[in-house]
Amino acid sequence: MNILVVDDEKDVQDLFLQRFRKEIKNGEMNFDFAFSGEEALDYLNKNEQKAVLILSDINMPGMSGLELLEHIKQKFHKPPPTVMMITAYGDDENYSTAKRLGADDFLTKPVDFKMLKEKLRKA
Amino acid sequence: MNQNLQTILDFIQQSEHLSEEEKTALTKAAKEADRALTISEFKLERTEKVKRTTAILLEETIEELEQKRKSIEETNDALSKSLEELKATQAQLIQSEKMASLGELTAGIAHEIQNPLNFVNNFSEVSRELLEEMQEELDAGNLEDVREIASDVIQNLEKINHHGKRADGIVKGMLQHSRKNTGEREATDINVLVDEYLRLAYHGLRAKDKSFNATLETDYDNSIGKIEIVPQDIGRVVLNLITNAFYAAPLPPEGGFKNQSQPHKPTVWISTKKNPPSGGRGAWLMISVKDNGPGIPKKIMDKIFQPFFTTKPTGQGTGLGLSLSYDIVKAHGGELKVETKEGKGTEFIISIPIKK
Repeated sequence: MNILVVDDEKDVQDLFLQRFRKEIKNGEMNFDFAFSGEEALDYLNKNEQKAVLILSDINMPGMSGLELLEHIKQKFHKPPPTVMMITAYGDDENYSTAKRLGADDFLTKPVDFKMLKEKLRKA
Repeated sequence: MNQNLQTILDFIQQSEHLSEEEKTALTKAAKEADRALTISEFKLERTEKVKRTTAILLEETIEELEQKRKSIEETNDALSKSLEELKATQAQLIQSEKMASLGELTAGIAHEIQNPLNFVNNFSEVSRELLEEMQEELDAGNLEDVREIASDVIQNLEKINHHGKRADGIVKGMLQHSRKNTGEREATDINVLVDEYLRLAYHGLRAKDKSFNATLETDYDNSIGKIEIVPQDIGRVVLNLITNAFYAAPLPPEGGFKNQSQPHKPTVWISTKKNPPSGGRGAWLMISVKDNGPGIPKKIMDKIFQPFFTTKPTGQGTGLGLSLSYDIVKAHGGELKVETKEGKGTEFIISIPIKK
C-alpha cells in the first residue's frame, strides 16, 4: 500500500517512518512525503498510476489541505484515491467542509497511531 | 452766608476808617468769596456722594469677582479630575488593545504549542518501543540492529529536546507579549522576532476563520544581526501590520475582481533589510509588510494613523493598532511609512536607526 503523507512539519516524516517501521520492513506499507499541498499535487501528477492513500494535514501555508482535497477529488478519478484529513482544529466546520469535499476520513491531532494503523489496514 | 464771612462783612460796614467805595468793593469781594465757597461745598458734597457710590460698586464688583474665582477654581478641579480620568482610560485602552492582540494570538499559540507537543509525545513513545526492540535484539545478539536502534533513539531524543524548546519559546514569547512593558531596549534578532509573530498571526487567523488562506513570502536579511529595540513593542507593531495585511489581502478591490479566469491569490510579503546594505554608522533597519489587497482609498489615507479610526466592522477593531504602532516606531527614533495603490495593494515600511 502506497501512502502519501502531506504536512508542512518536516519531522512528521521521521515520526511516520518510525511509527510504521514494522509495516515498512515487512513491505506492508510504503510511505512518501510532501511538505505542502503543491508538492503533493506534483507527486500525484508524477505517480498517477500508483494506487495512493493520502493523509493530509489541513493547516498548511499556501495551499491548504482542504484545497488539496478538492483538487484531488476533482482531477484524479482513476483510481479514486482515498483521502484522510488530519487537523489540529477538530471543529465542526472543518469536519463538514472535509466531508462535503469528499474526504474519506477525518482525524484530529494528536494522532492516535494505533487507530490510524487499523484505519489504514481497512482502507 | 458763611458765619466768618458775615463777621468780616459786619466789620467792614461798621468800620469808620474805610471810604464808601472801599466798603462797597470789600463787600462785593466778601459776597463773591461766599458764592465760591458755596459752590465748593456743593462740589465737595457731590464728590462725596460719587465716592460712596463708587465704594458700593467696588464692593459689589469684588464680591462678584470672588464668586467667579470660586467657580473657575471648581471648573479647574473638575477639569483636572477629567484629565486624570482620561489618562486612566487611555492607559486602560492601551492595555485592552494589547489584550485584544493577545486574543488574536491565542488560537495561534495553541496551535503552535500543539504541534511541538505532539512531537514530544510521539517521539518519546516511539523511543520506548525502540528501546524494547533493542532489548530483544541484544538478547538475540544482533549488534548491528542494536547500533541502528540506538542511533535512532539518540536522534529522537534530540527531536524531543528541539520540540520541547520550541514550545518553551512560544510560551515565553506569549508571556513577553502580555507582561508589563519594561520599555527597555534589548539586543534582539529581528528576523526571529518577525518570523515568530508571523507564524502566530497566521495560525491565529487560520484557527478563527477556517476559510482564511494566504500565501506567505518572506525575505530576511541574515546580515542584520542583533539590534537594540524594545522587543515587545516592535513585536506589537509587526503583529499589527501583519494582521492588517492578512485582513486586507483577500479583500476585493472597489468594483470587485475583474479577471474572473485568474482567481485572486491573497499574498503577504514580509522582508527585513539594512539600508544601506553595507551597514555601518547611520544605517537603518527596514521591515516591510506588503499585501496585494485593495489598497487604501485616498480619502482615508490621512486618517489611518489617527486613534480610533478603523475600517473594520464595529467590535472587530479598536482603531488603535496603527496609531500605537506609529508612536512605538517614533519612540525608537524611526518612521512608519505607507505606500498604497488602489487595486494593487499596500506596503507598510518600518525604518529604525541601528544604534551601534
